[in-house]
Amino acid sequence: MTTTQPKPLRKSKGLMHHINRVGWLFILPAVALILVLCFYPMIEAFILSLQKGKGNNLSWNGLNNYTRLFKDKVYLQAVQNTFFYLIIQVPIMLGIALLLASMLNDKTLRFKGIFRTLIFLPCATSLVSCSIIFKQLFSPSGLVNTLLLTWGWISEPYPFLTEATSARIIIIVTMLWRWTGYNMIFYLAGLQNIDYQVYEAARIDGASAVQQFTKITVPLLKPIILMTTVLSTNGTLQLFDEVRNMTNGGPNNATTTISTYIYKLSFEQVPQFGYASALAYTIFIMVAILALIQMKVGDKQ
Amino acid sequence: MSQIRIRRGKLRPARVAKYAFLVLASFLSAFPFYWMLVSATNSNQAIMEMRMFPGANLIENWKTLTAGYALGTAFLNSLRNATVTTVCALFISSLAGYGFVVYRDKYKNLVMSLLMLSMMVPAAATLIPMFRMFSRMGLNNSLLGVMLPSVATAFLIFMFRQGTQSFPDAIIQAARIDGLGELRIFLQMYMPIMKPTYAAAATVTFMNAWNAYLWPLVILQSPDQITMPMLISNTMNVYVVDYGMVMLAVSICTIPTLVLFFALQRSFVEGILGSVK
Repeated sequence: MTTTQPKPLRKSKGLMHHINRVGWLFILPAVALILVLCFYPMIEAFILSLQKGKGNNLSWNGLNNYTRLFKDKVYLQAVQNTFFYLIIQVPIMLGIALLLASMLNDKTLRFKGIFRTLIFLPCATSLVSCSIIFKQLFSPSGLVNTLLLTWGWISEPYPFLTEATSARIIIIVTMLWRWTGYNMIFYLAGLQNIDYQVYEAARIDGASAVQQFTKITVPLLKPIILMTTVLSTNGTLQLFDEVRNMTNGGPNNATTTISTYIYKLSFEQVPQFGYASALAYTIFIMVAILALIQMKVGDKQ
Repeated sequence: MSQIRIRRGKLRPARVAKYAFLVLASFLSAFPFYWMLVSATNSNQAIMEMRMFPGANLIENWKTLTAGYALGTAFLNSLRNATVTTVCALFISSLAGYGFVVYRDKYKNLVMSLLMLSMMVPAAATLIPMFRMFSRMGLNNSLLGVMLPSVATAFLIFMFRQGTQSFPDAIIQAARIDGLGELRIFLQMYMPIMKPTYAAAATVTFMNAWNAYLWPLVILQSPDQITMPMLISNTMNVYVVDYGMVMLAVSICTIPTLVLFFALQRSFVEGILGSVK
């Protein structure tokens, strides 16, 4: 808290009281919008998740939608895929971002500005654009296949996006490309708050680059690492744009995520809003649980 | 100084490795952009043959694109949606961010913490109730419908709240003594002084709105409301994809944000970091 209310004079106590009430009018529009467009829908999603039926023809169904989830092979596959993306992509991305940031946080480094701009550049694209660019790069007649064929590493085009494991990996590669520079910026900002002399002193004491990284950089950036982990987890659990535009969940649901499945259930088939809401609620629960775990772990260290 | 020189001499291989890694990372980050722009000027055939240089097919791609897709409509819709969203979001969120700091009391602090919780609510989880609510209110296929969910976000409010904390309280006191109303203090004193915060918030909000996909896809189903991300997604929904034309569409969708990015890089970074400081 850097701003402090001036001590009101005895006479103006009533005035300050009045002014603070005016303050509610300033925050009212935003608070009302967030209540109506965020908290209320969460309640309605829960109520919907207890109903069944197609379109707007809904009737009470108890917790049956939730038990149905455990028997739904597509849902289980979607959860498995989502966690596959999460467990592989988030640590690699944050690791590379941290490494890049600590490399760029070097006073003697040349072309620092150019490196930073180029690595940060992918943030300017929409997720749909980068999905399409990467879909071209890895399509059967795309750049990567043509290169590999020309070099003689493969004898026929490899179906990167229509083979289950490679399709998942390409989606991860696309996310890495889009988001690594974004996270790097957070770390760079955090590093700027660490006194450079700490590193100079460590060097004089004979600490290696690796030791400086693990003993100084990582511990001091812990709060920011925690924040980026929570944000990335939240984002990956909702993964939609890339999957829809690169594989549309295929082959055979191998890349489907919870979000693309919700979209299919609600807007591509006869809408099953009740069941889709139960699915949506599970994302919310996962986000909440993972954030809690991450904060607990972050606190302990 | 001698310290640095000794270190440089000692760690030469490590330094080379560091530069190599940074060059590789920069190349991998920038190359897909180059490929996108170059491909937009080449024919599908040339792209399959890995042509890495600008070609002469740009006009041909433009003709195919504009003949098959409502490019002008999509571009103008995206521009309209992103601009109006940004203006409204900045006004409402800065009003709240200012309100939370200048009229601070314990109840408002409580409300702010409650708002921060909304950052934990995934958009995917509220998609269906929002869609049903907006349909009931007749907001489908409308500007209001597409922008409303992005107008008040905890992120923006937080960003303005952080920015306002460095705003000198003396200015407000002086203005009050001069008899300026509370709203006019906000409009005439606060807004002009806080330009840098507004620029940062505008850059991030505009880019997010321009690039938004899932919510517009759900709420804007009428063809005359199509946006750029929806259009480029549509160009891929054919049996034989003409990548020259597709890459031109992708370039047209990306160039505005790319230009904005280069012009306002500092604001953009500050905008993203608004929540950390």
